[in-house]
Amino acid sequence: MPSLKDLKNRIESVKSTRKITKAMQMVAAAKLRRAQDAAEAARPYAERFNGVMASLAASVGDSDAAPRLLAGTGKSDVQLLVVMTSERGLCGGFNTNIVKLAKTHAEKLQAEGKTVKILTVGKKGREQLKRDYGNLFVGHVDLSEVKRIGYGNAQDIARDVLARFDGGEFDVATIFYAQFRSVIAQIPTAQQIIPAAYESEGSDDVGESTLYDYEPDEEAILADLLPRGVATQIFAALLENGASEQGARMSAMDNATRNAGEMIDKLTIEYNRSRQAVITNELIEIISGAEAL
Amino acid sequence: MADTMQFDLVSPERRLLSTEATSVQIPGADGDLTAMPNHAPLITTLRPGILTVETAKGTEQFVVTGGFAEIGESLSVLAEKALPRADVDQATYEALVDEAHRIYQQTKETAEHPGLVDDAVKLLQDMVAVGTHIGLDPKQPSI
Repeated sequence: MPSLKDLKNRIESVKSTRKITKAMQMVAAAKLRRAQDAAEAARPYAERFNGVMASLAASVGDSDAAPRLLAGTGKSDVQLLVVMTSERGLCGGFNTNIVKLAKTHAEKLQAEGKTVKILTVGKKGREQLKRDYGNLFVGHVDLSEVKRIGYGNAQDIARDVLARFDGGEFDVATIFYAQFRSVIAQIPTAQQIIPAAYESEGSDDVGESTLYDYEPDEEAILADLLPRGVATQIFAALLENGASEQGARMSAMDNATRNAGEMIDKLTIEYNRSRQAVITNELIEIISGAEAL
Repeated sequence: MADTMQFDLVSPERRLLSTEATSVQIPGADGDLTAMPNHAPLITTLRPGILTVETAKGTEQFVVTGGFAEIGESLSVLAEKALPRADVDQATYEALVDEAHRIYQQTKETAEHPGLVDDAVKLLQDMVAVGTHIGLDPKQPSI
């Protein structure tokens, strides 16, 4: 049985833990709002971009002249998985979920006899993948110095990926990230970025496919825009990931705070009980001492 | 006939402007063009340059570094990077030129065919031209 002093120490330490998790939760909440705003602000660009790409891809897509970024290399033997995770821990199952999805994907591909290469973005995912897939790593992007994710970061990653593609290192690239639904729901998602799959979404454009003039010609525009498309998709994924990470951290820290509270209650009860027990003991000793006289 | 059209200027990070415009001057890849309401549908890529938006309230100018414009019922400019002209000072501008220069150097070393180098040269030249246009010193040796 722990002494009163031990119990008191434990209560104090759990209390300070609770303070820390509570603070982390509030910081995550503030960061989440900012991350959501950033994701929100980036949406118009992505939407329009995809709209234009869809109409362009539809008009050029089937011809032989279609760029490789759109049509692919005609093979799918070598697959690049870009696994995006966070740089920091203490965010619940956020990283584990993304890594799990990437692992299932990699296993499936390997079972089909394909070569898998992995590019990691963010330290946490790299650590988790290292044991099983460490030999498949082809690169790592470190974002730990980045305070606020900008388009520049996405461009750097895109440039890296595109250089590998041009160098013939892989045929298909897929990115893994968590889509932000709400604070308690982040959905790990796999999205193929090379070859690009642009589909005209929704019904708003169907039927009135405007005939655009292109300046310069369609192929030149496509060749210019496809690399941008990769960067745009990576950027969108990074932002979603950022919001998801903060959301996951917020709920994880909320849970931790609540657990710490419960633990404090439990420990306080135990502390009071043993204090009473000590007092009762002392009373009994005094009384029996008095009786003996 | 409508005398204004919906105009949106968006960069990957945010929406810079969304307004009714009477005409917009776009630095297209093949030359400047001015889009007015009821312009024929057109998609063009941009070169670094100055985008001038005429609205009922006045004129606004932005420095854009590339991207593309979609002219349809409304006009959307999707710029890689766009800054209000007033925000572009010598330091920001030099950073842009340096970036273009870096890309040029990089392509010169790695590019497989001359077309890419030409593109990079053009990018750098356009960037330098932007500086001359808004009265900033590019401080870069021309190629």
